Amino acid sequence: MNVENGKKDAAASATNVLIVGVGGQGVIMVSKVLALLCQKQGYQVKQSEVHGMAKRGGSVFSHVRFGPQVWSPTIPQGKADILLALEWAEGMRWIEHLNAKTSSFIADTQQIVPPFACLNRERGAIMAYSRETPDEVVSKVHRGYALDAGTMAAELGNVRVANTILLGVLSVVLDFPVEDWQDVIAQMVPPKTREVNAKAFLLGREWSKNADIPAPRTRPLLPDAHKTVQSRLEITAAWCKGCDICVKMCPERCLVLNTDQIAEMAQSEKCTGCRLCEWLCPDFAIKVKTEKQTSVTA
Amino acid sequence: MKHDKAALKKAADDSNLIRPLMGNEALARGIWEAGVKVASAYPGTPSTEILENLARYPIEDIEAQWATNEKVAFDVAAGASFAGVRAACVMKHVGLNVAADALMSQTYIGVNGGLVLIVCDDPGIHSSQNEQDSRLYAKLAQIPVLEPVDAQEALEFVRIAFDISEEFDTPVIVRSTTRLSHTRSVVKMSDRLDVATRPFIEDPSKNVMIPLHARQRHLMLFEREKKLSAYFDSSPLTRIDEGSSEYGIISQSVAYSYVKEILPAAKVLKLAAAHPLPTKTIKAFCASVDRVFVVEELEPVVEDAVRGMNIKVEGKQWFPQTGEFSPEIVRRGFEEAGILEPLPADEKVDVEIVPTGRPPVLCSGCPHTSTYMAVRGLEARVAGDIGCYTLAAVKPLQAIDTCVSMGSSIANAVGMAKAGLNEKPIIATLGDSTFLHSGIPPLIDAVYNNANITVIILDNHITAMTGGQDHAATGVTLRGIATHQIDFEEMCRAIGVKWIKKVDSYDVGAMFRTFREATEYKGVSVVISDRPCVLDPLKIRGPALQVDAASCIACQSCMNLGCPSLIWSDEWYDGHHKITIDEPTCIGCTLCAQVCPSDCIRPVIAQ
Repeated sequence: MNVENGKKDAAASATNVLIVGVGGQGVIMVSKVLALLCQKQGYQVKQSEVHGMAKRGGSVFSHVRFGPQVWSPTIPQGKADILLALEWAEGMRWIEHLNAKTSSFIADTQQIVPPFACLNRERGAIMAYSRETPDEVVSKVHRGYALDAGTMAAELGNVRVANTILLGVLSVVLDFPVEDWQDVIAQMVPPKTREVNAKAFLLGREWSKNADIPAPRTRPLLPDAHKTVQSRLEITAAWCKGCDICVKMCPERCLVLNTDQIAEMAQSEKCTGCRLCEWLCPDFAIKVKTEKQTSVTA
Repeated sequence: MKHDKAALKKAADDSNLIRPLMGNEALARGIWEAGVKVASAYPGTPSTEILENLARYPIEDIEAQWATNEKVAFDVAAGASFAGVRAACVMKHVGLNVAADALMSQTYIGVNGGLVLIVCDDPGIHSSQNEQDSRLYAKLAQIPVLEPVDAQEALEFVRIAFDISEEFDTPVIVRSTTRLSHTRSVVKMSDRLDVATRPFIEDPSKNVMIPLHARQRHLMLFEREKKLSAYFDSSPLTRIDEGSSEYGIISQSVAYSYVKEILPAAKVLKLAAAHPLPTKTIKAFCASVDRVFVVEELEPVVEDAVRGMNIKVEGKQWFPQTGEFSPEIVRRGFEEAGILEPLPADEKVDVEIVPTGRPPVLCSGCPHTSTYMAVRGLEARVAGDIGCYTLAAVKPLQAIDTCVSMGSSIANAVGMAKAGLNEKPIIATLGDSTFLHSGIPPLIDAVYNNANITVIILDNHITAMTGGQDHAATGVTLRGIATHQIDFEEMCRAIGVKWIKKVDSYDVGAMFRTFREATEYKGVSVVISDRPCVLDPLKIRGPALQVDAASCIACQSCMNLGCPSLIWSDEWYDGHHKITIDEPTCIGCTLCAQVCPSDCIRPVIAQ
């Protein structure tokens, strides 16, 4: 490496693109396309990624930095010029890395809900997933694009080209010749899918002309009347034979076998009334009683 | 990966090719270019891709093979060095703990053919159990440790490491980090060196470490260190970026790139090796500036050594000793040290974000899911181990009590049993590759000392965590050549285990029954929980299942599996969300259907 005494502010000269998504979505592939494209434009480029554990459905991110001189392989916090999110909640996770006054935000509105978002056993629990709406977010960034690339790709006949649609939008934000984009994409995708990827790229560019924001995904809440129900376990000791299925399978581990080998509620405050014990008890010894509280107005 | 393969093939033909390479690809290229004949490794993030890439070069050039563990990898490379060829071994930082025993003696012996260890540290613990700094091993072994800053240097430093190794009769460590290994940058490649095989050195005083010889060789280590220090003093690898004399910075590795990013005009002494240090150069450099900073990730290896030269130096009081560096962390350090003014705050996007937790999870249809579902039902003490299955320690499975290092589970279980922990059955769980790596000696120990424990071998027929590498029980080598396949049942029987059963991981009932029987047996029992990984070597796909929403009672029983294909639907039942299955990701393993009390999960019927 030929290192010279750089007088120039390298941080200012590099363009920073943060590409994020979920393991398996193609974050690395998209980054490689961009890195190769930048190299072909004669820029220095560094592309840094974290994988490993991330392969297992975790969040994946990749930093692409290009310019006349690039030192750090990672983007300093708050210095991302472009955030490209292949999944909605991942876009929200990284949005703090953008500068509200100068940077661009491109996100697929498709949602990949992690199993962790669905673990709350409380009555009326709300999915622990991002609730920000696309129009709200787009209105707050300098330049924002939110599109349902997943559905658009499905309409093209190949859900895997959603990333290429997003690259089409990115090509509007980054000032590289369109033909170079097309060349690099054709070079990087499997030969059989070149045609559909070429279409997807143009579809992304076309969409960005109007950039219509898709309607937010809404999830119905539990009706209020059902929220005021309290549950209580009733165990008929005479029927229990101490098989301990309920004890083993209770998701909150709130049941125990007492000294007589009869199932007993040990931590009633943890019980969410999920009824799993009731459904699994081979002897019908457990009933989950639900009681409505009348004092609350619906 | 296909494209990289083509790229490398082309690169092998064209000597001066320039293209972006990942740090690990560049390290592999460096090994190949250095004329190495034998390379061995045990996979471990972030080092795995190095040997995978090496295996793409012609077999006539290089023997690249997976070792049973890192000590074996090191000894194989050392053996090749004895035999007079250049040899490399590759491991992650914790792998060096395993190989350390051999390294500490080999350093006395030195080399015949060049011997280089490539060790990848993981500052920030992206995918490890700790963040130890391998450079401390270099100090302990009194050998050089080179620290490249980017992919280009990675390639060059590997080549240079072999020259140093042969010139100074020493093993050499090239230390990478996750950030270097997994960063792609443009690299200029060259040809492979033609290195002649050296004759075997028939010299017991050099090669046989008995006390008499070792005492002599130990003295040599200090001489060697001195010579290496002088070498780095005169080598162009050590260089100075000129700047004002107000302050000077000593740095190397990826940390150097952060320094250049933050302070592009500063006076910097760029080192190639954190040990042995170019003492003269450092003293002169420090005398030329008013303040001296050392910027290095993790341990203050260079900083302490510079302080040892009676030089006033600043480092870890400004830059953290834990975690991975970033430009902003290095910047903050210089701000606190009074070198830089804080930047005006960035204008952040004004959205209140409720972050969506997305930790890594076991894959849809992962056979470990059901194993731990059944283990959880046993209410046992569970000693865990290193692998994907460590994810069963967290919600919703929560079925593991301990996880220490490769192979610890079995001996930990023995210790628990011997300590008299007897109110619950004691189980050790570990994967097939981990068992081969370092699970066999503790299993022998368990049988020998008659411990009352159950060992569950989670046999998914691959080293899964690191992305699907073969091992001695897959019957295939790194180069895809068929070889002997170890049979775990046979092996356990030979060790003396009397109670051995194999069970299908996709049969939850049979698993639970078998585990129960195994834990009731007094003595060492082994259960082999048998199903291939769903990702490697083949991506397994089956007919997806679907939930009959009308009969779903929202009991969340299936959600206890933590399968990523199971999510809440928009419908409610009795205050809880009904469940829906994401058909594109479901592989039809039926585990959820097996635990469903209302029998509402069924195969998707073609319309």
